[in-house]
Amino acid sequence: MVAKFLPRLFLFPSYERQSDVADYLPHTTEDLEEMLGFLGMDSLEQLFAHIPAAVRLTQGLDLEPGQTEPDVAEVFARYTRANKAQATNLTCFAGAGAYDHEVPAVVKMLGSRSEFVTAYTPYQPEVAQGVLQAIFEYQTVVSRLSGLPIANASLYDGATALVEALNMASGANGRSKMVISSGVHPHWRQVARTFARGTGHDIVEVPLVDGVTNWGSVDVSGASAIVASYPNYLGVLEDLSVAKSLATSHDALFVLGADPVAAGVLKTAGQWGADVFVGEGQPFGTPLAFGGPYLGLFACTLDQIRRLPGRIVGETVDSNDRRSFVTTLRAREQDIRREKATSNVCTNQTLMAVTAAIQLGWLGTNGLREVATRCAQGAHFLCDEALKIDGVTAASSQPFFREFALRLTRNATEVLSRMAGDGVLGGLAVSALTGGDDVSVHSGIENVLLVTVTERRTREQIEHYVDVLRKAVNS
Amino acid sequence: MRSQALPGGRAASAPILGHDTEPTIFEMSVAGRSAFQLRTTGVPATSLDELVPSEHRNPEVIALAEVSERDLVGHFTRLSHRQFSVDLGAYPLGSCTMKYNPKFCDAIAADPGLNSVHPGAPAELVQGWLELLVTLEEKLCVITGMSAATLQPAAGAAGELTGLLLMRAYHEANGDARKRVLIPDSAHGTNPASVTLGGYEVTTIPSNERGLVDLEALKAALGPDVAGIMLTNPNTLGLFEEEITEIATAVHDVGGLLYYDGANLNAILGVVRPGDMGFDIVHMNLHKTFATPHGGGGPGAGPVAVSARLADFLPGPKATRGVGGAFEWSTPSSSIGRVHGWHGNAMVLARALAYIDVHGGDGLKRVAQHAVLNANWLRHRLRDTLPAAYDRVCMHECVLSASNLKSKYGVRGLDVAKALLEEGFHSPTVYFPLIVDEALMFEPTETESLQTLESLAEAIERIAQRAIDDPEALRHAPQSTPVSRVDEARAARHLISTEDAAGR
Repeated sequence: MVAKFLPRLFLFPSYERQSDVADYLPHTTEDLEEMLGFLGMDSLEQLFAHIPAAVRLTQGLDLEPGQTEPDVAEVFARYTRANKAQATNLTCFAGAGAYDHEVPAVVKMLGSRSEFVTAYTPYQPEVAQGVLQAIFEYQTVVSRLSGLPIANASLYDGATALVEALNMASGANGRSKMVISSGVHPHWRQVARTFARGTGHDIVEVPLVDGVTNWGSVDVSGASAIVASYPNYLGVLEDLSVAKSLATSHDALFVLGADPVAAGVLKTAGQWGADVFVGEGQPFGTPLAFGGPYLGLFACTLDQIRRLPGRIVGETVDSNDRRSFVTTLRAREQDIRREKATSNVCTNQTLMAVTAAIQLGWLGTNGLREVATRCAQGAHFLCDEALKIDGVTAASSQPFFREFALRLTRNATEVLSRMAGDGVLGGLAVSALTGGDDVSVHSGIENVLLVTVTERRTREQIEHYVDVLRKAVNS
Repeated sequence: MRSQALPGGRAASAPILGHDTEPTIFEMSVAGRSAFQLRTTGVPATSLDELVPSEHRNPEVIALAEVSERDLVGHFTRLSHRQFSVDLGAYPLGSCTMKYNPKFCDAIAADPGLNSVHPGAPAELVQGWLELLVTLEEKLCVITGMSAATLQPAAGAAGELTGLLLMRAYHEANGDARKRVLIPDSAHGTNPASVTLGGYEVTTIPSNERGLVDLEALKAALGPDVAGIMLTNPNTLGLFEEEITEIATAVHDVGGLLYYDGANLNAILGVVRPGDMGFDIVHMNLHKTFATPHGGGGPGAGPVAVSARLADFLPGPKATRGVGGAFEWSTPSSSIGRVHGWHGNAMVLARALAYIDVHGGDGLKRVAQHAVLNANWLRHRLRDTLPAAYDRVCMHECVLSASNLKSKYGVRGLDVAKALLEEGFHSPTVYFPLIVDEALMFEPTETESLQTLESLAEAIERIAQRAIDDPEALRHAPQSTPVSRVDEARAARHLISTEDAAGR
């Protein structure tokens, strides 16, 4: 019997795996010897001999040794188990720029094609037409949704897109006073304040009264930009003609942050007269993903194009006269203009932009309208039902679209905690978003709850929500 | 070559060679076709006219493409076939670190336990995410030799600006905002652009004949108005700044801070740490160093780690270990504030942590060693064809020059880069750094095999031979790619950036 297997033993000589850890490196021991020999070296350490010994590590990094993929997966399973807020456990009624929309299998699959996922910035257009054309199509839909002719190839997220819009405004008119409605998402305003430390922008936040920007309460003179949000972060649909006329009379840029899903049926930024549109593009095919990567939408009027931040793709022809796409107007960008660039953005969120183009291709004209309409229908249905509960009132009497604020008779954070026990992520506590008192809500901000409904929420889920809210507020 | 194995990283056989133009999705659109399917909700279908006042309604319908799911799949699949990627073949694009992205890390990020979590959910409901973020921060601090970090910046450039705002906050807290930031002439363009946005002026420091910071010029530029210096080490020439200790001492002596641009951190993992070199602020490009996919130009992630004296200024809120074992959000006492709408590019952060855990301290060191070995092998292998701008041991990338091909045959670095596309490899970075004539910056990365490197070198030798035999043809390369060289001037002169501008 033994003799029968001998030839095979010769064919497969002794195999001893050195380690259970495979770390994606192709080099065999023989490869290493050959390559080092070619360089006249006998150890890998020699490659680093020119680094001063005084700063070199003598021991390795103080980290655990490598583990196999299945072992690391066990560690991550512990993290995922501790995330009680995952959508399969808690039905999501939270929004504030991060929405639980339908992302179909076809969008997930196309958006995870490795040609899109593992490419980089299309510096060589001859082999990057896939990403370039997808961005061109993305720019087209962002332009149409914003009602503005020029859209860039994406920015990090809505908040940083706002910062770029402010920089565009000060570049356009040389002024630094930014008058921002406090209806703009609190995080966006916080980010704007952070970056104003460097640019020296003077951020003036305008209070809301009954959920509506009280523009008359601040001095707008000398403003570089007038910034509003549509709907505002409390969900309210404000009459933007007030902001537009202020911008016009003070020769400031009108910057509008808008919900791109609502843009499917509401007036566009362009129709309201905005010079710049910024938005959070997460609703177009990107999962909640604990806040990132998301997608910064940016569009503007033609006369701002030389100040456009980030990349833009343009159509042209190749040397054989075939339609081609290429990144263009590159002279604005940091790698060419350096300290005089319009922005420091290099890497953006291309994969999310490509995904948005796919998602909007899936939705089409009617699908986007349907999603927007169903969000509004669900939100109004839930709001009407919730307002029947003792201890729940509307935080604003104004019209809203897909999100709204409720004033409770008790602390919203506590209510959310109770609701979670009944399988519902009941919204967001406004005071958690603002980090305390804020000019957007006059008093009792800790009792205000922000609620959203997407097209994925059923009547049954909404009715359950109302039961759970009633119990949480009144028990 | 030791074995008869063929290269795994050459894409010349890939079907990326279709010559027909792919129509835009709008050109395929047929009114009445659709692909979407939504949940049956049972929610009352109240008319929008009753819900939204008419003055807010768009009187027009916004037209999107109307296609079937089959056509949608066909379109984006064909577009993907017109796109080079790391998964297809070697992508030695210098400075961008286009290494293989482990699929395991993508699978980690696809888990609904991570990616279906709302970022605004109360801390008690997202304990797993908070622990993950705290763990990543701690490991990044070990790797860089720093004290604390923010994970919020969404990309390297965002990290740079965050770091400069930290520098400003630190100086302002000392009652001394300062005016200037020093940058070597070899720096990435994001550095000077970030300095301007940080409210500082740029002072450019020349490189010496060895391609390193000219220490005397640096000392001459230093003064009490200098807030700090931004350095990439190894620098963009792929060379280690050997006088880093002297640089650090000189900058610290005038009260300035050292900023480490982590674009090239992958070269020194486990070998030397920015903190030990004297750096005060470090940004990392997780998509480069820790191999998260580049997504065609993002998303990235650009965490910033700092030394203890800067920790109180970090952006917030940040995940921290609370008392009693629970994790919580807290904001450092003198925080500059938020730099991202939520918590940063969380899914990229999760992938990076998985990559770090698979490799461990030992594996990360091998990553750096093998990356440096590959770059040096390629530099030495091509020494007669494309000599290195600075011919000595480099780090993870080598800057070669096509200046001899240009002077002898009129073939430029760009022509070599374009011809390489026909050979089944992505181009190197061209014309950067700016201080090298006809620069071709190759970063082979550690995940390409010896066979692939040899194949790449042979392709470059063939191109060099073509430069002698038929330079004119080379100036028209590539021809076998989905499109040939494009008219960039026309794109800029007559901007068509949307289907509507195209008038279709």
